[in-house]
Amino acid sequence: MKEQVDNEMKLEFISKASNESFARITVAAFAAQLDPSIEELADIKTAVSEAVTNCIIHAYENRLGVVRLSAKLKENEIIIEISDHGKGIENIEMAKEPLYTTKPNLERSGMGFTIMESFMDDVKIESVVGLGTKVTMSKKIKKIEENTQEEDNMDFITKE
Amino acid sequence: METKFYEKDKLLVFKISEEIDDYSVQKIRRKADYEIERYMPKEVVFDFDSVTFMDSAGIGLVIGRYKFANMLGAKLGVSNLTPSVQKIFDMSGILKLIPVVDLVL
Repeated sequence: MKEQVDNEMKLEFISKASNESFARITVAAFAAQLDPSIEELADIKTAVSEAVTNCIIHAYENRLGVVRLSAKLKENEIIIEISDHGKGIENIEMAKEPLYTTKPNLERSGMGFTIMESFMDDVKIESVVGLGTKVTMSKKIKKIEENTQEEDNMDFITKE
Repeated sequence: METKFYEKDKLLVFKISEEIDDYSVQKIRRKADYEIERYMPKEVVFDFDSVTFMDSAGIGLVIGRYKFANMLGAKLGVSNLTPSVQKIFDMSGILKLIPVVDLVL
């Protein structure tokens, strides 16, 4: 049975660093349908940027490859999948450790997965050495009913 | 990125206005290192006031310039952190090492 989603998009692009902003801006535009706050949107953009950067500099090590990105909206949740056919991660637990990086010479901070995990509600990493990596992350967008109610009240006051 | 050098205080200010990611950071890094070597300041400050986006590439950028400036005998600070920039820096712990300074110019 097909999974029930409200909306879905897919994106494919080559692993050029100049596509990092393209990817996060596209996902942000898609996520905007859920009415996220500015902070929630910034969190999503940052997590996407980290995942796409990993594909480009770690998975493909600056050689050209294809990065696949898909996003689904399900009620108030966005589920983002970012995958590559790059070299894969040998030790996922180690890669997730804050400050761990295999590329300190490039001034990489080793904070990529830590940022994804703290900015999103859930992050799942699947990787096979030599075949590639898939990162699936999701975030629930908080309802803004309270804000709307305040605005309604304001509206009422002005009318009076 | 805009560079300003204040001769009297030997203060070099980099006002970053681009989004900071792995792509843009390469250019910022080259330019910053070049200017630090050129002016040999006593103090270097990165002004984040106009930064609308930053991911973990910003951490490496600041740490790298901190080391470079120190090597040349200069101090380094950051200024005008926006909430999203602050969040990334807080997570990395680099603000224990690098001071947040007020830019009064």
